[in-house]
Amino acid sequence: MTAGASTMADTGGALISPEKYEEKAFGFWIYLMSDAVIFALLFATYVVMLGNTAGGPTGKELFSLERAAGETALLLASSATFGFAAVAMARNERSRVVLWLLVTLGLGAGFLFLEFGEFAGMIAQGAGPQRSGFLSAFFTLVGTHGLHVSIGSLCIVVMIGQVLFKGLTAPVASRLARLGLFWHFLDIIWVAIFSVVYLPGVL
Amino acid sequence: MDASGLPVERSHTPYLIGLGLAVILTAIPFALAATGALPRETTLIVIAVFAAIQILVHLRFFLHIGFTTTPKENLVALAFAALLICIMLGGSFWIMFDLYHRMMV
Repeated sequence: MTAGASTMADTGGALISPEKYEEKAFGFWIYLMSDAVIFALLFATYVVMLGNTAGGPTGKELFSLERAAGETALLLASSATFGFAAVAMARNERSRVVLWLLVTLGLGAGFLFLEFGEFAGMIAQGAGPQRSGFLSAFFTLVGTHGLHVSIGSLCIVVMIGQVLFKGLTAPVASRLARLGLFWHFLDIIWVAIFSVVYLPGVL
Repeated sequence: MDASGLPVERSHTPYLIGLGLAVILTAIPFALAATGALPRETTLIVIAVFAAIQILVHLRFFLHIGFTTTPKENLVALAFAALLICIMLGGSFWIMFDLYHRMMV
């Protein structure tokens, strides 16, 4: 098993009752639901703006199905590997938690690399957000998701540090569980993005 | 439940089931979009249906939402968010596309 793994109860958890963590989990859930509402409005804006290309390039000319498939594969795999980290946390296997978080971080970074490459390529060919209403809406929607993934990746780095230096204490487990909700939530948003933006875009 | 206030999953099984289903539900719409095997309208409907199913799969197997296991207030918040999203999407499309239609004529 793992060296130096502490049990969930022996440190850190004494000061805060389980109800406090349930409250935090519920509060975080409310945040996720309001975030879902924000994304829904960005999707509504995108669909309304679809035709407003102002003579500029359309999705069919800009989107690459291969790149979208690569981004989807990376994010989907990262959702599963974060799940494996959560399982390792529940089984109190410290080094496996770190290992799966590192894999998740790598997959998330791969996703961001592909997405920034896509954005840079579009801007380089004059299809930046200022080109048309359609592209403004595209960059706002997909960029907001990318920003969330960037923040999520940063939080994974922080959580790796906490698992390494604080151990698998109750507060660390509670934070990791909430970050997991965030990460799986972003994957759901990505399902909506490829179904609304990329797949209809290339048809 | 544990100290984190969230249901704790101790088995890899739900994540593997979720991943398997998600891969199938992703691969089929991507294949249809890449090959153009079906008419455009049909493809769009298939994409929408598969997306809806995949979101439910993610909620069940990755976020572990269950009618008995998830706290009631979380389910109420989820249902309320879904209702809000339906009203805002439906309302936006209704108004904006009606406006387009009237301005074109």
